[in-house]
Amino acid sequence: MFEYWTSKLCRPAIAVAILPFGLLLAASAANAEGFGFGTTPTAAEIAAIDIDVMPDGRGLPPGSGTVAQGKALYEQNCVACHGENLEGVAATGGAALIGGRGSIGTPKTKKTVESYWPYASTLYDYVKRAMPFTAPGSLKDDEIYALSAYILNRANIIGENDVMNADTLAKVQMPNKDGFISDARPDVHNYR
Amino acid sequence: MTMRTKDTLDYPDLTEFDENIRDTVQGMADAERRAIAAPTQETEDCPCKDGMFPQQDRRSFLLSAAAGAAAAGLLPKVAHAEAPAGAFEFPVPDDPTKVQGRLTNDDGGYGSRSQFESAARWRFPTKTKESSWTMTPLADSQGIITPSGLHFERHHGGIPTIDPDKHTLIVHGMADKPKKYTMADLKRFPSTSRINFIECSGNGLTEFKAPYLKTVQGTHGLTSTSEWTGVPLSTILSEVGVQDGAAWILAEGADAAVMTRSVPLDKAWGDAMLAYAQNGEAIRPEQGYPLRLVLPGYEGNTHIKWLRRLEISDKPFMTREETSKYTDVLDTGKARQFSFDMEAKSVITFPSGEMKLPGAGFYEITGLAWSGRGTIRQVEVTTDGGKTWNIAALQAPVLPICHTRFRFPWRWDGNPALIASRCIDETGYVQPTIADINKVRGVNGHPKFASIYHLNGIMAWQVGADGSVANAAHQV
Ligand code: HEC
Repeated sequence: MFEYWTSKLCRPAIAVAILPFGLLLAASAANAEGFGFGTTPTAAEIAAIDIDVMPDGRGLPPGSGTVAQGKALYEQNCVACHGENLEGVAATGGAALIGGRGSIGTPKTKKTVESYWPYASTLYDYVKRAMPFTAPGSLKDDEIYALSAYILNRANIIGENDVMNADTLAKVQMPNKDGFISDARPDVHNYR
Repeated sequence: MTMRTKDTLDYPDLTEFDENIRDTVQGMADAERRAIAAPTQETEDCPCKDGMFPQQDRRSFLLSAAAGAAAAGLLPKVAHAEAPAGAFEFPVPDDPTKVQGRLTNDDGGYGSRSQFESAARWRFPTKTKESSWTMTPLADSQGIITPSGLHFERHHGGIPTIDPDKHTLIVHGMADKPKKYTMADLKRFPSTSRINFIECSGNGLTEFKAPYLKTVQGTHGLTSTSEWTGVPLSTILSEVGVQDGAAWILAEGADAAVMTRSVPLDKAWGDAMLAYAQNGEAIRPEQGYPLRLVLPGYEGNTHIKWLRRLEISDKPFMTREETSKYTDVLDTGKARQFSFDMEAKSVITFPSGEMKLPGAGFYEITGLAWSGRGTIRQVEVTTDGGKTWNIAALQAPVLPICHTRFRFPWRWDGNPALIASRCIDETGYVQPTIADINKVRGVNGHPKFASIYHLNGIMAWQVGADGSVANAAHQV
């Protein structure tokens, strides 16, 4: 794993500018103790919208789901747009979720959860916030674990009897986990 | 003016591609074809139209819009439906000096554009209208500002309708004092305004391997410029007290996609802004009403619309939009991630694809240049396929991270001419050719469209002896 700018921490410059005539900039004077607008959100208010999940598993809720449960949920909620074999249904805009492993960077590049996604956490996070397309945000945490289990199993990433929960999902190793590098641009150097 | 005469448009053959890709690509061509086809149908009965521009035909456009709206029972008066989007149809007097004009403030107090103007965004026909995008009609653009109603769009879950009185922004995570702000709270902070372009990093994706779309709206229409007004994000970070070890911020929207992107903390402390206004009024719903994160120079997807939450963290969140999407696959099989900066780019908007010059003589070549890394220092124009480059005039104001209008006087001798522009930004970076870019990144990121995102190569147009103008990408 590589670090993205974690060392490039940037703190605000102390916001007091002295003008040539010794006048203090108005904004910085007002700023010295903060403006104090806004209120402190309650823990419940934050929890209600703090739905993100990170690669190390932070944010994963309690609960669990199996491949078998996921299959049933998939057939009910997802199959119309993502297909019986998770191959995608072009007419609905639903993408292929599996396949294409090893194709990235070849003339037949095919990006799917199986072939391209570096973290299983992203699958949980995305399905929770945005799917099913017609009723986003409608699935329960256990159901999202089950759907993740089913998709990862169909992608040959986890076994048929594996159970997904906060602990196991964070440990899933995705086939393309080492597939990403930092932006190297500017990558054409004809500077003048 | 001469009308466009071609009645068929040929697009490259797609049979070799799989169904998903074919559908996507074909859809894009179809949308453009519909947008350009309309004027041809009206050649005879519309002497009023300026034939140099491949505009959407007013009448045929209205008819379909009117039919739909009428069916939905939405029309107060049929007459109104006959105008282009954003306009109302009024009777046209023979001599406007001989009759009184329309009543003052009879428009309800919010103006509309002329019924004779029809420049409009067109939508890329994705299978869902919720996850889709529209292009700015750059061929009709003047100056540097994009009218708010023509600013390009990209939505992943449609356009939410949000009551600003109920909308809040929660800032939390590695913060000493987490905060919840109402819109009224945010508007109390000292404000700032900046004129910045926003460009989708998918702008131009169809042109990576070969010329594909016909018009500059199709090839470059995913960039627009507005004046944005709001609170500097640094003010809010100072208020909440960022903790040691923090390095990233997750920005999250309140749309059906609950769109999320991770933003480096140094950008957040820099020129990032929480914008509530665009071009002097409240931000448009499709641009993020009531609140949008503006990250000058960063790819459009990071400018989170309908902003509801900022979470300060030590690591990036690896959301779907920064892994599955908006990453650039190289031929090595590795993909570049967090490619935020939109690099220097320019395009000639007049003359451009599908226009027709009426004959030899004087034309002012004009276009736009922009760079996510600062100010445009110079724009050069060639009219001989890149053999000689001439310095174009830059029209003031020339602002950092902003569309910059360039102009170059040209006397066309009537012979075929290959025209193109290239720009240099304040870092000295010279806009490369598309070939130069593909040389470093490779072309296998997508079976048809190479690495898909971040194409900023030189764009060329071929002016034919008959005055027709066609996409000549890759030829300069
Ligand atoms: C009505 C059609 C529809 C249904 C039903 C649906 N999806 Fe989707 N799905 C889509 C569309 C459209 C997209 C692309 C959204 C976009 O453009 O941002 C998508 C994208 C996805 C992606 C991301 C694919 C990628 O490569 O980035 C995943 C994962 C996914 N859906 C999973 C699911 C799951 C799991 C369900 C069932 C709970 C489901 N979807 C139900 C239409 C649907």
